[in-house]
Amino acid sequence: MNELKLDVKKEKKAHRSQSGLNILWREIVRDKLALVSLIFLAVITTTVFVVSGLLDLNEIVRVDLFAIYEPPSENFWLGTDYGGRDIFGQLIIGTRNSLAIGFAVTLMTGIIGVSFGLITGYFGGQTDNMLMRIVDFFQILPFLMVVIVFVAIVPNYGIVEFSLIMTGFLWMGIARIIRSKTLQERELDYAQASQTLGTPRWKIMFGQILPNLSSLIIVTMTLNLAANIGLESGLSFLGFGFPERMPSLGTLLSYATNPQTLENRWWIWMPAAILIFLLMLSVRNVGEALKRATDARQRRG
Amino acid sequence: MWKFIVRRIIITLPQILLLSLFVFLLAQLMPGDALTGLVDPNLDPAQIALQRERLGLNNPWYVQYYDWITSALQGDLGQSFRYKMDVTDIIAQRLVNTFWLSLLTLIFTYMIAIPLGITSGRFNDTFRDQMIVGYTYVGFATPLFIFALLLLWLLGFNFGWFPTGGSVQPGLTPGTLDYVLSKLHHLILPALSMALITTVSTVQYLRSEIIDTKQKEFILTARAKGASESRVYNRHIFRNSLLPIAALFGFEITGLIGGTVFIERIYSYPGMGLLLLESISQRDYSVVVAVVLLFGIASIIGALLSDIILSLVDPRIRIK
Repeated sequence: MNELKLDVKKEKKAHRSQSGLNILWREIVRDKLALVSLIFLAVITTTVFVVSGLLDLNEIVRVDLFAIYEPPSENFWLGTDYGGRDIFGQLIIGTRNSLAIGFAVTLMTGIIGVSFGLITGYFGGQTDNMLMRIVDFFQILPFLMVVIVFVAIVPNYGIVEFSLIMTGFLWMGIARIIRSKTLQERELDYAQASQTLGTPRWKIMFGQILPNLSSLIIVTMTLNLAANIGLESGLSFLGFGFPERMPSLGTLLSYATNPQTLENRWWIWMPAAILIFLLMLSVRNVGEALKRATDARQRRG
Repeated sequence: MWKFIVRRIIITLPQILLLSLFVFLLAQLMPGDALTGLVDPNLDPAQIALQRERLGLNNPWYVQYYDWITSALQGDLGQSFRYKMDVTDIIAQRLVNTFWLSLLTLIFTYMIAIPLGITSGRFNDTFRDQMIVGYTYVGFATPLFIFALLLLWLLGFNFGWFPTGGSVQPGLTPGTLDYVLSKLHHLILPALSMALITTVSTVQYLRSEIIDTKQKEFILTARAKGASESRVYNRHIFRNSLLPIAALFGFEITGLIGGTVFIERIYSYPGMGLLLLESISQRDYSVVVAVVLLFGIASIIGALLSDIILSLVDPRIRIK
């Protein structure tokens, strides 16, 4: 009796090694570029969150009129801006804010998009038809303009409002992907069998179909993360993202809209530009590697 | 064929109507109304109330929406309180600038995409191809506004090859050759910086399309018939790969709309995108509403165009 149990466990273990998450992980390790990117991301994220915990935000955003536009020196590693505020400190806090909002928006759009996609895809037919018209409506809106207008008219504007506005107009992409995949998935034997056995629909959707889509969801969300970091910095750059008392990578770049800053004071905007580029590039590297892993023909590992 | 196009256009009309309703409701949420900026605040409140009644600002929202949409259809989008002008006139001025910017960007985009795509598709996995793939890889990850800033810093300020702002050198009379040349000179850098980033998806698409087509049987037939290598590429493969690229044209327009806002801000180029940003910061909401509506309609038409071109290219879509 005991021996048989052991066998089942072994069998399970052998199967588990082929699971979706494992394949994703293996692909990343095999792809050196993606591995380096992932390590870079991890290092940046931990550094930024740890160091910003040690820095005093009020100290950084305090205006010091005796140290305006100082070039990089021992006191100010990356110089100061028009208010005499330390750029290096702002860069650390800015990266933390940009990453945090990127993660938050990706997570929220993920939750809304996945549930929406699962429901429309699983029920299909008339429900699908009606709900997809909502998605169509959101997709015809010119995203950038609508977000700018919303940011301008929302009272008591803050970070929570900003991330909610971004989420509100960004969940459609993932919803479409999940829906089309769910439409295929519900026709498969396991879902049909489960329905025949009388399993409640929500249990089939979230307990059985959802795990089968997990690798797709991870891939889409990783690629979305890169896009969201770019969008946030773009909006902050235009002045419709983070409020100025909360520095982000985009607000640092927006100082460059002053021609003199752009021409002569590279230390204010160049580090932020490079950091945004590197962050987006490395998130994309990881995302592309994951995407390859989900397609068995392109897999390297 | 025609049935599909007509059906697709019929879907577009309610989309535009829905968009206008959304924009109108957004306008209702904005602080102030059409009267706030126009009247003297010292005026007798009773007088203002009378004016409000006369202009129909106390009507229920659907009546106001009806009034707004009917006058918008006749080309009357209200008054801008900052410029003391009709919104339609301001937009007409700015739209011309944005139109030229977008046109030049599109020309650049295809001028870059077609040679690069063909080279990298034809000689795939050679050194040249790897260079081009490397460019698309970096271009994909670079946000447009960072690249535009960098180009402005490098070519506009450090080398001084291009002007760093505006759409024309002041003091020139419209219509002269100098005026046109100055306009073009101001356009090149913004258009180029946008084109270099937006083109990467077209390059990638063209590349994989050509690599796919290369292995088709009709290419083998063409070669067997003794067609020269250049004829095989220029006539047989290129033509067949170009069709899907044409279909992307509509999406290109949608992409341009978002891009112009950044580009016009960075190069302080007086177009629609800059108008939107200025109007928002000055709380000139009648202009904001009009610009958002026009941008929205443009992106709906962009989607319509790509669907129609796709249906011309790929008959399978028509059947659905």
